[in-house]
Parts: sequence; structure tokens; C-alpha cells
Amino acid sequence: MQKNIKILIFFLSLLPIFIIFYQIAFNQLGPEPVKEITHVTGQWTLRFIIITLAMTPLQKITKLNFWISYRRMFGLFVFFYASTHLMTYVGLDYRFDLSSIGDDIIKKKFIFVGFLAWILLVPLALTSSKRMIRILRDKWKKLHKLIYLISLLGIVHFLWLVKVVTAEPLIYLIIIVILLTLRVKTKFN
Amino acid sequence: MKNYKYSEITPEKVYNKRRKFIKSVGLGLGSLTLGSMSLLNNAHSLEGNSELTSYKDITTYNNYYEFGTGKGDPYKNSREFKIKPWNVSIEGEVESPITLSAEEILSLYPSEERVYRLRCVEGWSMVVPWMGFSLSKLLNKVSIKTEAKFVEFESVYDPEQMKGQRYPVLNWPYKEGLRIDEAMHPLTTVVTGLYGKALPNQNGAPLRIFVPWKYGFKSAKAIVKIKLVKKMPVSSWMKSSPREYGFYSNVNPDVSHPRWSQATERVIGEGILSPRIKTEMFNGYGDEVANLYSSMDLKKNF
Repeated sequence: MQKNIKILIFFLSLLPIFIIFYQIAFNQLGPEPVKEITHVTGQWTLRFIIITLAMTPLQKITKLNFWISYRRMFGLFVFFYASTHLMTYVGLDYRFDLSSIGDDIIKKKFIFVGFLAWILLVPLALTSSKRMIRILRDKWKKLHKLIYLISLLGIVHFLWLVKVVTAEPLIYLIIIVILLTLRVKTKFN
Repeated sequence: MKNYKYSEITPEKVYNKRRKFIKSVGLGLGSLTLGSMSLLNNAHSLEGNSELTSYKDITTYNNYYEFGTGKGDPYKNSREFKIKPWNVSIEGEVESPITLSAEEILSLYPSEERVYRLRCVEGWSMVVPWMGFSLSKLLNKVSIKTEAKFVEFESVYDPEQMKGQRYPVLNWPYKEGLRIDEAMHPLTTVVTGLYGKALPNQNGAPLRIFVPWKYGFKSAKAIVKIKLVKKMPVSSWMKSSPREYGFYSNVNPDVSHPRWSQATERVIGEGILSPRIKTEMFNGYGDEVANLYSSMDLKKNF
């Protein structure tokens, strides 16, 4: 049963990418398709960050342990969507024009924080296996606390890119702040 | 305002064919073309991409925060917008201030087709067959005083009808401005329509300004006031972020916006695999307008 649920969640988590493929095939991404793909994959990266961060508090609140068993999968989806997002920008939008991209990373602060967030995700993805947890032990816990920083970098990346502040990044910010303060609180108690 | 019967509306395909014909005639005449002709058939003097953007994309992909911040919002939220009656006042440093109705303006100054590229500060562009006439014609009507150095445009404020104005997204009403010589330049257009039809609400009906060599936000929509002033006006975008939006905001691939590079742009309506194109200085209108800025450092005066 638990396993079936996991498989179901796995495919549900892939749904946004399937929808994008469908929209590409049927030309439904609107007049600026590349921008749309970049935007949607960025949105889902932030949403999966929120989902991942919600697992531990949900476990604490409901006193049910199964939440934690989904945490790794959601975390890997963060990396998956973040990488798709980055590759859309690097490959599809800028055609691997590395000098322009390098210039952007240095000069545009929102691209800098976004890129930094992705770099920080790499060690987390690489050490996500059970084997790595065993090898790293206490260090693993410390290392994976990076997701708190990454979540804030991600939200700053979104806030700095919009022309005027709209509801969406603010809602994400509020949820992330709540999820992070819950952790501080439980530690304090 | 002229009411277009459905039968008068030219289908896009026919329109494009007709344009190709006009264009080839225009090219054939070559050096014989009069000044006004070259303005009319601007597409062939336009550097870079000059393929017309589809009517659908022009009218469904808009930045018009009065109707919402999403690109599709203006199309959705402007359907009920009432553009009758509509008055435009021309005031400030003028000998004879005047208020004209939109109908009067349309009948006084016949519109002509003007194909210009619209370059958005967000890094995309479209080529639009506008209908309109030079703003200078309208300004000449009021005898501008010599003290007047700038023109301020004010868009309509009507939060009842304009959903977006219920939120302090920008400093409403929307304000923009030009230096007097920019405003008097023949390329600066009062837009009355596009694709041979009346101007759709989401594109700034009934009357908007279009300044082809500047980023799109400089071209105020649904204008109700044109004020001649002594001092440089502060536009809504300058007020919102002076570091990001300068008064001049000329299209300039060498001056990058703090958040976006301006070296390249995406062409609206192109497929997912088509690459960005290089952005042209003054959006490709350098021959016509570069002389306005000959003594200026455009990096400082962005």
C-alpha cells in the first residue's frame, strides 16, 4: 500500500513536466514559449521546496512517521525541476552562449542567487542515497540543512526578477518563513 | 470615431498580401519615395526582423497593468471597458489649452498605417502594423510656449473599470513623458488602431502614444491628458524604481537593465526552437533619431 502511494506520488510529481511536453507538442505555450517553460519549471522548483520542507513539521504535528519517507523523493524533485529550469535558460534560451550567461551571473543579482541555489543543491542530490546517509552520519544532517538557505535564495531569486511584487512570490515567502520558524520553535522547546 | 463594419475589416492573410504588394512598390520606387512614404512603409527601412506579428499575439500578449499584471489579463479584463465618451485635454505651457473628444481627434487627423517594432524592456519584441498620425500635428494645434521643455502624458484613472488600479502596483494614474523634441519627432505617433481596425481596448484604446525607438512602457495607453511642462516629468516607472527605469529609456543593447541584459530579444510568436535576435540601437530607428541625442552620454541618461 505504502509503496503504491509512493509510486502514485512519483508520477503526480512528474505531471508538470508531462504537461509542458504536451503543450510543446500542441503549441499551447503562448507567444513566448521559452519564457513560459522557464517560468513554470521555476515555479515548480519552489513548490517542491515548500513540499519538501513541510514533511518534517507534518510528521511532528500529526505524529505520523510516513511523511518522512517521502521527503527524499520530493527533495530530488526539487533538484529535477531546478535543473530543468537552469537548462531551459542555458540551452533553450541562451543556446549555451556561455560568455553571455557568465556575464549575466556576475552582473545580474537575481541570476546570481538562482545559480548559487542550484550549485548548493548539487551536493544534496549527490548525497541523497541511504548509503551516503550512513557514511556521512552527523555530517549528513548538517549538510542537508543547506535546504533552508536554498529555499530563501530561491524565493529571493523570484522576488528580484518580477517587475512589481505580485502575490505569488509573497505567498511562497510566507509559507517558507512559517516552515522555517516551526523548526526554530521545536528546537527551542 | 469611425465605426468599422465587419465587412470593412481586412482578414490578416489578405492584409499581409496587400502589405507585401505595397512594400514591393515602395521598394521599387526607391529614391523617389517621399519622406512620408518611407514613414508609411517603415518595415523595409527597419533593421532586423520585420515580419508582422499576428493579430492574435498583438492583442492577447500585453503589458497593461491597469487591467492586471499577467500578459493575458488585459485581453480578459478590458472587454467591458467603455471608451465612449472620451476626452483628451492638452494643457500646461500652451497658448490655447484645449479639450478634444476622441472622435474629434480621429476626424481631424486621418490615420495612416505605420509598421513599427515594439521592443519591451523585458526582452521581447513584436512588429505591429499600427494606425495613427504624428503627435506633432496635435501639438501644433495648441501653440506651445517657448518655456515648455517636456511633455507629460497621463493615462485614464478609473479603478471601477480597471481592476489593476485597485492595487498600488504602480503610482496611478500611469504617467509618462518625453522631451519636447522627442514628442515633436515625426516617428512619435498617436495610435488609433492596428491591422486596419479600431484600437482594441487591451492595446490602449481609444488613443495611445507610440514611440518606436524607446522601450514599450514609454508609450502610454488610454491617454486623457497631454501636458506641456517646464521640468522633466517623473514617470510612474521612474517613481517605482529610478535605478531601473530612466526618463529616456531608449532601446540600447549596450546599456543593460539591472535585471535583464538588453543585448538580445525574443521575437513574439516564434517557435520554441528559434533563437533570440540581436537588439538594435534605438530599436533600428537610429538613422531617424540618433541626432536627438548627439551630445548626450546615453549610458548616464538611460
